[in-house]
Amino acid sequence: MEVQLIKIEKRNDVSRSIYFLTPVLAIFLTLFGGGIIFYILGFNPIEALKFFFITPISDLYGLSELLVKATPLCLIAIGLSFCFKSNNWNIGAEGQLIFGGIVGGGVALLFYDHNGFYVLPIIILSGAIGGMLFAMIPAILKTYFNTNEILVSLMLVYVAKLLLDYLVVGPWSNPEGFNFPETRQFSESARMPILFDGLRIHAGIFITLITVFLSWLILYKTYLGFQIKVSGLSLKTAKYAGFKGKTMIIIVFMISGACAGLAGVGEITGPIGQLHRNISPDYGFTAIIVAFLGRLNPVGIIFASLIVALTYLGAETAQIFLQVPKYTGQVFQGMILFFLLGSDYLLFFKIKFLSLKKNEL
Amino acid sequence: MSFDLNFIGILIGAIMASSVPLILAASGELITERSGVLNLGVEGMMIIGAISGFALMVVTDNLFFAVVGSMLSGLIISLIFGLLTQSLLTNHVATGLALTIFGIGMSAMIGKNFVGIPGKEFPLLFLNLKESIPFLGPIFFGHTIILYFAFVLPFLTNYFLKKTKTGLIIRAVGDSPTSASNQGINVTLVRYCCILYGGAMCGLAGAYLSLIYTPQWIENMTGGRGWIALALVVFATWSPIKVLIGALIFGGITILQLHMQAVGLRIPVQLLSALPYIMTIIVLVVISRDSRKIKLNTPTSLGQIFYKEK
Repeated sequence: MEVQLIKIEKRNDVSRSIYFLTPVLAIFLTLFGGGIIFYILGFNPIEALKFFFITPISDLYGLSELLVKATPLCLIAIGLSFCFKSNNWNIGAEGQLIFGGIVGGGVALLFYDHNGFYVLPIIILSGAIGGMLFAMIPAILKTYFNTNEILVSLMLVYVAKLLLDYLVVGPWSNPEGFNFPETRQFSESARMPILFDGLRIHAGIFITLITVFLSWLILYKTYLGFQIKVSGLSLKTAKYAGFKGKTMIIIVFMISGACAGLAGVGEITGPIGQLHRNISPDYGFTAIIVAFLGRLNPVGIIFASLIVALTYLGAETAQIFLQVPKYTGQVFQGMILFFLLGSDYLLFFKIKFLSLKKNEL
Repeated sequence: MSFDLNFIGILIGAIMASSVPLILAASGELITERSGVLNLGVEGMMIIGAISGFALMVVTDNLFFAVVGSMLSGLIISLIFGLLTQSLLTNHVATGLALTIFGIGMSAMIGKNFVGIPGKEFPLLFLNLKESIPFLGPIFFGHTIILYFAFVLPFLTNYFLKKTKTGLIIRAVGDSPTSASNQGINVTLVRYCCILYGGAMCGLAGAYLSLIYTPQWIENMTGGRGWIALALVVFATWSPIKVLIGALIFGGITILQLHMQAVGLRIPVQLLSALPYIMTIIVLVVISRDSRKIKLNTPTSLGQIFYKEK
């Protein structure tokens, strides 16, 4: 008697081309899934998807908005790629972004009366340092007290959110602001230069691009990058090679936090221009999707950030044209990650169909 | 004096009510985590439970269907997590985050037509006793059946984990999946069941918010309670009884905030709101620095992918 068997084997050789193609597959599956959801909700799926993914970027203003949203996403995701590559699960980038925003915003308020070229660089630098210091909390607790960095970094997100809330409601609120929960508008010299008149795209995009380049340099051309990769592949090997694990953990968290802090300061000195309660529409969490979708690769992350930024824009357009809630974008973001993670199975495992005689079992 | 005492009783009753969603979600997540699975999708599963419970209440006009339906929908959405992490061996952290993000979006889409509809009155038990006994009345009586269930659940969970064979199996799977598997236990199946149970409890926790506590549908109405529930499991060092105590502390903080402004205390509300998170980090540091303690308390294989050559 013959028995059909399905055998699942771990692949040792992962094809590089498939490795970068599965994200594309995941995007198509997401579009398909999104179409089905729109259909169930009673919309024409093609029409709805068009409103979601094409209308928002069919003019210059839309393209600029896409870059405005991709700028922080890409920056945070690049930072996260250092952590994720070395098996450190920093999922508190949102908190690091907010804390960077708080520190940068505080400095901006401090220099409210100053008008110099030096103001903006100081703000940006302090934002990066703020994010970096905040990210060092889970890193130091992990290295010295053995705590779980996932939980600590996550808890700190809410601490940062509440601190921001306290500041904008209380001590930092605009003295002429009729008790609105917001600070004063920053002075002109504390704002990111706008690149084109009438559009919102700002100089922060250069910070992102420079960071992407530097990350590529660090990850692929330095000893630190090599250490990070080896630790990610096998902690045992890393230990055997004598890498200083603790220092590396702290460094990757510092890089990641600095990037998130930069993103935060870019938002408040760029499109927002002040501190208020919601300086980030969960960019720090969404950037985790960007990092995965971009395969933790600097170039991949650039593309991924554009695609995920489009889900933000699409949700805004769909809210206007289809009267769907703004949270619709999150349905697509969640689905992209589901499909991406799921399709990885095909990548790392081979499915074999075998026929065996019963007595061989 | 008797009036004051009664007021304190009412306050304690309110604290109990606000801790219910935390107890339910955390008890569910606790079982999931005890089996070695870290599901960060609690917030997403809760909000799906909240909207499905509310939608079913509006459509069927039946609270029983609404409550059962919310549990079922929590279970179904956690099945996505189960399929991905257990069958397709995906990373727990990323999948859980995706589940939360997806759940918040999906619930808003489903809930579009349910915004602004008033809730229905949920029956309160022993109302006459609540009014006739001062102080103790408002504490013990006049609550919904779900509240009573929530306060019994941690004890049941504790008994289940410590005294029953199934509980032992779950703990074995969480502490050492490989040895459990060698003993002939189907690790994947056990973990699937624990994930689904966690999903159902999170769904119920969400329904408590939309059907009883608020009671109406508001976008993103769980407002971070899922994350607090997650913190609570850690805070309680994976012990069901401590979940109950922690939920009362965290719930008490919520109620305290509401009364702070009235009393005129000068502590910032935000500091109080941040306390659950800060306390969780401190607990985490205390239990983690001692490797023996962490072995005693934490499911050893938490968040790790288990893969068996088939």
